[in-house]
Amino acid sequence: MKIRVLAALVLGLACGSVAAQTARTAPDGLEPVQTILQENRLLIEQGSRTTIGPVIDALANSGLPQAQAVLQAWQAKDMWQRKSDGLFFAGQKADGSYTLTDFDSGETVGRADKNALDQIKPNSGIRALIGAALVQFQLSDPDPALRADAVATMARRADASMLAPLRASIPGETDPALLAQKKRLEALLTMAFDPDDAARVAAIDAAGSDLGLDLRATLNPLVATRRAVSAGAVPEGLNIARQLTPGTDALPRAEAWAMLVQAGLAAPLKTPHDRNAALEQHIEKGKVGGVPLVQLNSEAKRDQAYANLAAAGLVTGYVPAEEQARTLESHSFYDEYLEPSAPVTEAAQAALTRIALKVGANQALDLGLDALSLASIYFLAAIGLAITFGVMGVINMAHGEFIMMGAYTGYVVQQVVPGHTLSIIVAIPAAFAVTFMAGVALERLIIRHLYQRPLESLLATFGVSIVLQQLAKNIFGTQARPLTAPAWLDGAWVVNDVVSISFIRIAIFVLALLFLALFLFIMKRTRLGLETRAVTQNPRMAASMGINPARVNMLTFGLGSGIAGIAGVAIGLFAKVTSEMGGGYIVQSFMTVVVGGVGNIWGTLAGAVMIGFTQKGIEWFNPSNTLAAQTYMIVFIIIFIQFKPRGIIALKGRAAGD
Amino acid sequence: MQRSFFARNPSALVFISILAITVLLVTIFSDAFGVGPISTSFVKTLGKTLCLCLVALAMDLVWGYCGILSLGHFAFFGLGGYMIGMWLMYRRTHDIVVASMAESALPPTPQDITDAIANQIFGVVGSADFPLIWYFADSLFLQLALVVLVPGLLALVFGWLAFRSRVAGVYLSILTQAMTLALSLYLFQNDSGLRGNNGLSGLQNLPGLDQVPQSVVSVWFLWGSALALALGYLLAAWLVSGKFGSVMRGIRDNEARVRFLGYSVETFKLVVFTLTACIAGIAGALYYPQAGIVNPAEIAPIASVYLAVWVAIGGRGRLYGAVIGAAFVSLVSSWFTGGQAPDVPLGFYTIKWVDWWLIVLGLSFVLVTLFAPKGIGGLVDLWVHRKSPDRHGADLGPSAGALREQEASE
Repeated sequence: MKIRVLAALVLGLACGSVAAQTARTAPDGLEPVQTILQENRLLIEQGSRTTIGPVIDALANSGLPQAQAVLQAWQAKDMWQRKSDGLFFAGQKADGSYTLTDFDSGETVGRADKNALDQIKPNSGIRALIGAALVQFQLSDPDPALRADAVATMARRADASMLAPLRASIPGETDPALLAQKKRLEALLTMAFDPDDAARVAAIDAAGSDLGLDLRATLNPLVATRRAVSAGAVPEGLNIARQLTPGTDALPRAEAWAMLVQAGLAAPLKTPHDRNAALEQHIEKGKVGGVPLVQLNSEAKRDQAYANLAAAGLVTGYVPAEEQARTLESHSFYDEYLEPSAPVTEAAQAALTRIALKVGANQALDLGLDALSLASIYFLAAIGLAITFGVMGVINMAHGEFIMMGAYTGYVVQQVVPGHTLSIIVAIPAAFAVTFMAGVALERLIIRHLYQRPLESLLATFGVSIVLQQLAKNIFGTQARPLTAPAWLDGAWVVNDVVSISFIRIAIFVLALLFLALFLFIMKRTRLGLETRAVTQNPRMAASMGINPARVNMLTFGLGSGIAGIAGVAIGLFAKVTSEMGGGYIVQSFMTVVVGGVGNIWGTLAGAVMIGFTQKGIEWFNPSNTLAAQTYMIVFIIIFIQFKPRGIIALKGRAAGD
Repeated sequence: MQRSFFARNPSALVFISILAITVLLVTIFSDAFGVGPISTSFVKTLGKTLCLCLVALAMDLVWGYCGILSLGHFAFFGLGGYMIGMWLMYRRTHDIVVASMAESALPPTPQDITDAIANQIFGVVGSADFPLIWYFADSLFLQLALVVLVPGLLALVFGWLAFRSRVAGVYLSILTQAMTLALSLYLFQNDSGLRGNNGLSGLQNLPGLDQVPQSVVSVWFLWGSALALALGYLLAAWLVSGKFGSVMRGIRDNEARVRFLGYSVETFKLVVFTLTACIAGIAGALYYPQAGIVNPAEIAPIASVYLAVWVAIGGRGRLYGAVIGAAFVSLVSSWFTGGQAPDVPLGFYTIKWVDWWLIVLGLSFVLVTLFAPKGIGGLVDLWVHRKSPDRHGADLGPSAGALREQEASE
């Protein structure tokens, strides 16, 4: 209560002069509130949404402590008018009649029968207007929830009249969160509406490079411009943003001319089209304006014919190009700030530049996150290939189809197993099992026979990929099948207004890391890894040491294929599952392996990171066009291979093979 | 001892005779010049098949003889089609526009005509200006030159970059596939200047020949394609029968050894790669006016893979093998996918060939790669009872590379 009194006092001080004025002009010894009400009596009785605004404003801005009570009573349909003298009172129903309370004194003035009174019934439109006006009173309401509402409402519909009450409410604010909100809003309102330019500039400068959208929403109208034209030089005393030259990109000639026409400084141009139409109308005996018709196949001749017609007074209004240029030159075109104060616009412009810089930095960070997630997708898709191609030297063109197979396995599991979380948990090992078997079968049946003929193994696996793709098409149809992610993977991790990343992408990143660890573990810490490395280096020597190279090759190929299957489940979570999805990844995966350096998992990682970041970087330059980004990406890779034919991390010595 | 060209290349004489007889028979039985049991669309299919044979021949030169498994030759084929398509489309639209503008009262300015043509051609991709690459589109001669120059130049630059840095084997295959993918993705864009995924269409209508019926035009194109194929075959046969051919086979079988013998392997590869790209461009320029439309989907990497499939099934490393493979597989493919092949009811399931043909093709491709690297052409060896000489070691190649020992005796 104490706070409220204090707030009211400050509020009263801030608007003291207004209040005093109102009091002085009070006629007939009426109290101030009643005076305002009586002055606007007709409008109140009329009760129309379109005309009631000034009345509400007069009450709200009167600075009277009672104004809130009046508005609340009005809004609650508790305001009554006494028929006998037309005075307004707050009315409370009691015992069949009404207790009338004077607004100014707050004292009960008596009771009246309903027949002696008129109830003021504001419609919903008026009640909304009253609600808006009441916001400034609620700023100091004892209920924090109401205060928060008031601040939020104010932020939505900022206007100059709110500045004073808001400032008044700040010293009494006890809630720290609300206080911060109020201070921020106060700074924004100061920028927009404070009568003192110095205060506005100070507020703008103090805001720094805040990323909040509300700050930008406040600053942008300050630097809004209006395009204008005037004869001769630019008029003095305007806040000019920039001057424009007709014929530049910013102001094409046609647009400049249209501005002249709109300003009444020139007549509308006849377009070449109009000119041609006029020429056609004046064809006489195969001639137009003395020029034979057959000669009219050039612009110069047509202009000449039209000039002849104009000289003969038959047509008007065609302005030749040179004269257009002269007219345009004799006028000045400029953008003028709507805000008259130059220091404010300068400060706002500077602040917006600062913010743009910071937004740029954050966008770069966001892009970096995107690139990282793209890199992990490429890594996931390529890691299986890195095993089969990098470790065994066998190129498996059906790798993309193994990815597709994994994704379809996930889809099938999801049809059978209820619950998205459970089905994903089941789908991952299932996909691994299916593609592992497929990989082993492929190795046993085909690749085993072609170890000495790499080009032929490439072609044979191409044949397999054609078969698998068509089989998938025959079984699942051509339309895309959904693979739904569990609900806890929906949504995104939002850092600020600019930087955010979806949980699925984080999950894929984590999955990529897991696979890296798994690969390293298998290769460095298990018997299979040891044997694989031995067979890779020298199959004959390995065989003579008791290792079965055929078995090792089979298992390695199966492992690479199985990982492709799991990658398929992960990719299917954010991309549609179609029979052709593998084809989109195969070239990218090979690029990843080749760019990174064959036979080295760290190389694959480096390749994936480089390709992911480069692709996002190219997209950043030309965001509307991902096709172009892919094109330039591939061209970039082809050129990159010129300089590092063995990839980023090249094997050296005997391990490099040839 | 110098024998005549045909004596050294008996297959060339046989091949050209068969080709001539086929063309003659088709002409006699065509709608336009003969009794007419062969429909115009089938004549077109045959004409297109001959073009595919020509590009397969190019593929055989570069892969079967030189050991470069290029997965980009169909891109050169498509580029050739685009180059001729630009002229066809420009010229035909020009004729239409001029005819429609003759109706108007004022004679049109050259600018009016150009604008109207641009509007007609590029309206579908929301543009009304001619891109720079259409600069020569009104000249048949220049566009015909570009049919050879554009694929040739692309192959030259790409090949120079790739061979110079010793990219070989599967790496090169993947790299050529990446090039093809990049090209098709680029052409898919609307602002590439070649009408994005709409491609160039209406190419079957030759400008200035509106009164000639399609049945006649199709036979003309059949003759043209046959002539190109015959010349291409002769060129290829001449190329592989001489010393150049020996070096090519040497590169295929053991690149390092040829290099140590003092040959500039990179130059040989580059010449073969570029030359075959030019041949592919010519084949494309003959193919697409018969097909009527060329769009980026034609250039997609899978098309080049099918090219390799044809050559492999036909039998690589022998020129007639490539031709047989292309003709056989593409005709059988169009028979199966065209819906003419009867469905096979199995009781519980009906095999529709439209769906299952690709599976059969893929499987037979795998089987050919595994068990019959000589392909269909290998049957000819059985026919003439010719045995590959003993190589005293691993089977280095599937083809006439086996003649190395004979060459050494010459």
